[in-house]
Amino acid sequence: MALSENTGTAAVEGRPAAPVRRLVDRVRAMLSPVSSRLGILEVDTRLIGMIVALAVIWISFNIAGDGKFITARNLWNLSVQSASIAIMATGMVLIIVSRNIDLSVGSMLAFLGYTMAMFQAIWVPQWFGPDPQPWLWVVTLLVGVALGALIGGIQGFIVAYGGVPSFIVTLGGLLIWRGLIFRYAQGQTIAPLDQTFQMLGGGTVGTRVGSLGDVGSWVLGAIACAAIVASLAFARRRKRRYGFPTRPLWAEVAVGAIACAAALGAVFVAVSYPLPQNVAEAVAREKGIAVPPDGIATGVAFPVLILIVVAIAMTFLATRRQFGRYVYAIGGNPDAAVLGGINVRWTILKTFGLMGILAGISAAVATARLDSAVTNLGTQNELDVISAAVIGGTSFAGGIGTIPGAILGAVVMQSLRSGMSLLNVDSPMQDVIVGVVLVAAVGLDTLLRRRAG
Amino acid sequence: MVMPQPTSPAPSDATPDAARVPLVEMRGIEVRFGGVRAVQGVNIDLYPGEVVGLVGGNGAGKSTLMRALSGARPPDRGEIWIDGKLASIGNPRDAKAFGIETIYQTLALADNLDAPANVFLGRELTSRGQLDDAAMEDATRKIIGRLNPNFKNFKSPVMRLSGGQRQAVAIGRAIQFNARIVIMDEPTAALGPAETAQVRDLIRQLKKEGLGIFLVSHDIHDVFDLSERISVMYHGQIVDTVRKEDVTTDEVLGMIILGKPPTKLTEKDMAELKG
Repeated sequence: MALSENTGTAAVEGRPAAPVRRLVDRVRAMLSPVSSRLGILEVDTRLIGMIVALAVIWISFNIAGDGKFITARNLWNLSVQSASIAIMATGMVLIIVSRNIDLSVGSMLAFLGYTMAMFQAIWVPQWFGPDPQPWLWVVTLLVGVALGALIGGIQGFIVAYGGVPSFIVTLGGLLIWRGLIFRYAQGQTIAPLDQTFQMLGGGTVGTRVGSLGDVGSWVLGAIACAAIVASLAFARRRKRRYGFPTRPLWAEVAVGAIACAAALGAVFVAVSYPLPQNVAEAVAREKGIAVPPDGIATGVAFPVLILIVVAIAMTFLATRRQFGRYVYAIGGNPDAAVLGGINVRWTILKTFGLMGILAGISAAVATARLDSAVTNLGTQNELDVISAAVIGGTSFAGGIGTIPGAILGAVVMQSLRSGMSLLNVDSPMQDVIVGVVLVAAVGLDTLLRRRAG
Repeated sequence: MVMPQPTSPAPSDATPDAARVPLVEMRGIEVRFGGVRAVQGVNIDLYPGEVVGLVGGNGAGKSTLMRALSGARPPDRGEIWIDGKLASIGNPRDAKAFGIETIYQTLALADNLDAPANVFLGRELTSRGQLDDAAMEDATRKIIGRLNPNFKNFKSPVMRLSGGQRQAVAIGRAIQFNARIVIMDEPTAALGPAETAQVRDLIRQLKKEGLGIFLVSHDIHDVFDLSERISVMYHGQIVDTVRKEDVTTDEVLGMIILGKPPTKLTEKDMAELKG
């Protein structure tokens, strides 16, 4: 089986030494009154822990940065900067959960971004003339996604059916896909991109804005709240029908209220960020109105909207479909998965194909945001994506990891980088600190996971 | 040591009723690992409502033979007949389609998943393409409740359950899908006395319901207690298949250790065994 690449570290991985465990047990005993209350709410305590950690990071940067971190402008930028990594991190979770790894995502992103840029900026104008085609953005996106599925699928095929360790296959991919860019673009920057396509990056072109504006954002918030309430009610009714124990009604209401408040709070931040003055004036002129005194709201950016759609789709795949169940089963015990009659190889291949699709979507967002494809696009993204998944609670031992966790992990990573930039920490020092945080976060998680699970 | 093997299907003198069609009949089974023949020329059968104990020392080929039947490692040679029809079992899914369920010695549980996910692993209930977790939990509560009324942790990953509870999940998986043939590989090896008693009760109950059970065990007393017939394996071959009433535990021990059927055991052999 190519599944379990057992290394020598397996003997100690996930098992901290006894003195360390005793220390943690003491800390946990101190926290137990809090954790038992959270238990009634039946919410993922690790996710809560991450949200608390994120809050601590934000508040610390805000204090250190004289109140410049927690501003609508900075948080809006943070959301857009996190989106590309977060989109890929949702796929990386499933890869790592099934005891594999994909080191090629940064190079895949670059290769797919380049292909999409050349498709829209060079090839289609050659075939259809220089006039902008209204369908170009969506066809370009489909080309990128399909090609991503193909090359991800090829890597997955070699891993699953060829029995070659995924580390090696995707290490090869890391070299191959980036090398091919230089081969076919001779190191040129490809620009400019189609105007509608650029909207996917969340930027503005003239009077066109790559975000939802205030009305659209509030509608999104309302839909989110309705969906939260409906899913809670649906789950409760289902449990009732089978006579399973349900959490108390107040807990149900509390969870729903907190989730809705979070969604509406995020929308509030996004609409509090006004468009830049010149863009606002242009937009107002086009609509024949004056610019309102507090400007025109930017609203939720399209990359974030794309991330939300991806997150919902991936969570659905991971938790509601047999495919996701199989991915987790393979990670938990590959032998049990085989004996249970699961087609392990096909499932593994699909996780890599899915990763390719997500790399394609991310590539669209990243190139659209830059309005160009450059040769160093997505360099080291594989490390950011893997770190996001791992900070988000995904275990290299396999079988454990969640998609919301990975997205939060991406936001944590981006918050650190953004906050340190705000404090004028230079880039090498940022790497040092992110590295320390990565090891510390996973170390802490390993300790806490031991019994809390 | 090479044993002369009968080439015809299982010896008829040991079958409870020669006129009935066996549930399972394995003929001339051979399993090779590289150059090693782990199982060679084995014939064995199983009738409805019967427990056949499969005993032998470590490495005698018991588990390998059973893995051939469960589809985990299809045999290199030989035939498997189910209900008097030649069956082709190439993987675990095929075996399950024939109503063959296996409780592996390792339990084969995905430790990170909860009990319902493990019971239905590979055969999930779905509605409109989505996992129907509530229905699976409901069924799991019923089936495991039959085995262990104290079982409560239906939402915890099975890694957090006790050995007995994990065993209940593995057994629940085997009997959830209307199995007709159950293979139990050392079902009580990891259990305490109370849990062992529960598993024994279950085996008797399944027998009453007309299932056929292969019971693989080191524990000769377990086997004597529960089986109708006992097949003894030695160096990849069946030494003999005997009716429980016809032998003593010492004779079976002699077969396990010396690899000779009771008729060929000499006084000297027996003396050595006791010696």
